[in-house]
Amino acid sequence: MKYDTNWDVIVVGAGPAGIKAGEELAKRGLKTLVIDRKQEIGAPKRCGEGLSDRWIAISGLEVDPTWARQRINGAILISPKGKQVWIDTEKIGKGGGYIIERKMWEKFLAANAIRAGAKFMLKANVHDVIKEDEYVKGIKVNYMGDELELRSKIVVAADGVDSRIGRMAGLNTTLPLVEMDSGFQYEMAGVKLLDPNKMELYFGSEIAPRGYIWVFPKGKDVANVGVGINGAHDKTARYYLDKWIEENEERFKDASVIEINAGGIPVTSPVEEFVGNGIMLTGDAARMVNPIHGGGMGTALEAAGMLADVAKDAISSGDVSKEKLQRYQDIWMEKHGDEFRKILKVRHFFEKLNDDQLEAIADMVLKGGLTPDVLVDLGHGKGLTQIIKALIKASPSAAKFLMGFLKG
Amino acid sequence: MVATINKDKCMYCGACTSVCPFMALELRETSIHVYSDKCTDCGICVKACPVGAIKLIPGGGKE
Repeated sequence: MKYDTNWDVIVVGAGPAGIKAGEELAKRGLKTLVIDRKQEIGAPKRCGEGLSDRWIAISGLEVDPTWARQRINGAILISPKGKQVWIDTEKIGKGGGYIIERKMWEKFLAANAIRAGAKFMLKANVHDVIKEDEYVKGIKVNYMGDELELRSKIVVAADGVDSRIGRMAGLNTTLPLVEMDSGFQYEMAGVKLLDPNKMELYFGSEIAPRGYIWVFPKGKDVANVGVGINGAHDKTARYYLDKWIEENEERFKDASVIEINAGGIPVTSPVEEFVGNGIMLTGDAARMVNPIHGGGMGTALEAAGMLADVAKDAISSGDVSKEKLQRYQDIWMEKHGDEFRKILKVRHFFEKLNDDQLEAIADMVLKGGLTPDVLVDLGHGKGLTQIIKALIKASPSAAKFLMGFLKG
Repeated sequence: MVATINKDKCMYCGACTSVCPFMALELRETSIHVYSDKCTDCGICVKACPVGAIKLIPGGGKE
């Protein structure tokens, strides 16, 4: 393939954030190139592959069995001692979703972006940005052995949690170790599932310190079985997953692995600066990731429209300065800033709970002291006060410790 | 001491490159490139690795 050397926008990274940004930019009449170092869109995944109906609507794709692998109508939360809290999210009006096949889904997304006019370049490793007069003006890339300099009015860094493009452009995207979860996952067949339409989430300091183990069904007996733990922990994520699978031998004795995945999951605030002169960050590169569960596909898809509106306006006016592009960050923060701050507070609270307190929360839900929808709302940063008050009632000895979170 | 990647274990997932404060690690299509002159022996990548594929070795290894 031959490629032009001049573009309105070059998007680095063809994951959900970059592909959707490519589509939205092209729709606004901008000449857009999406670049990835990989030779295939969608693989390897670093993802549990859960996507809610709300985000599927934003993706612009019709649900298709080619990528929508398994309908999900709720979750089962399992306490350290094994108590199961079943939540039928569809029944309580919180919606459902699918476990998707990302390598297919991303190709569907990319096809839509191409229909909108975006071009794609794969197996292209960006090794530097072109910087002139304090502005990012393009990229230096090795495309299948050829050194190319590609110029653009704006570069979009959608290059994931290990964003080098942002750092090359002078934005601080380095992720502090304690704000990252280290993730490891097997996709397995032959697994015994509790319910093929429910996500299973296992909590406990011995199971997954500062994180959780998940079993996300992709079929009657196929699932993504994974773990995320505090990045600063001494033992590896793989250690915890292998240990748990061994301890649950009954469910896995007929199972085996069809794919292995790993990755770092940002569980913190978005980056301080989304933009610089001629550069915009999106998706995991901007850490648009829900810090309670580590999901980032939905927010990445949603950000594309915001990014494209501001990029179009900036390019039309001939001003792609940091000040001009700042409106993108303002729009995003207006929508999610407060929500993400609250979600992070929920996370920090749960990180400090011991196993007995997690057990107490499970007991409260099972005995009717707390309704399951409160647990679902926590993922949106709501209902923390209610949980803390209920916990104080259940364990007065921890009242002082718990009260601290009400004040904060 | 320099971060050294065990190629047999490495998943090329980029967890280490995300947390390296010095851009001493770079994820490529099928390798993690270590810039040994930038590595400061801090060990952050060792902890971040989900599969324990990184060790600090005097002078660094081949890959």
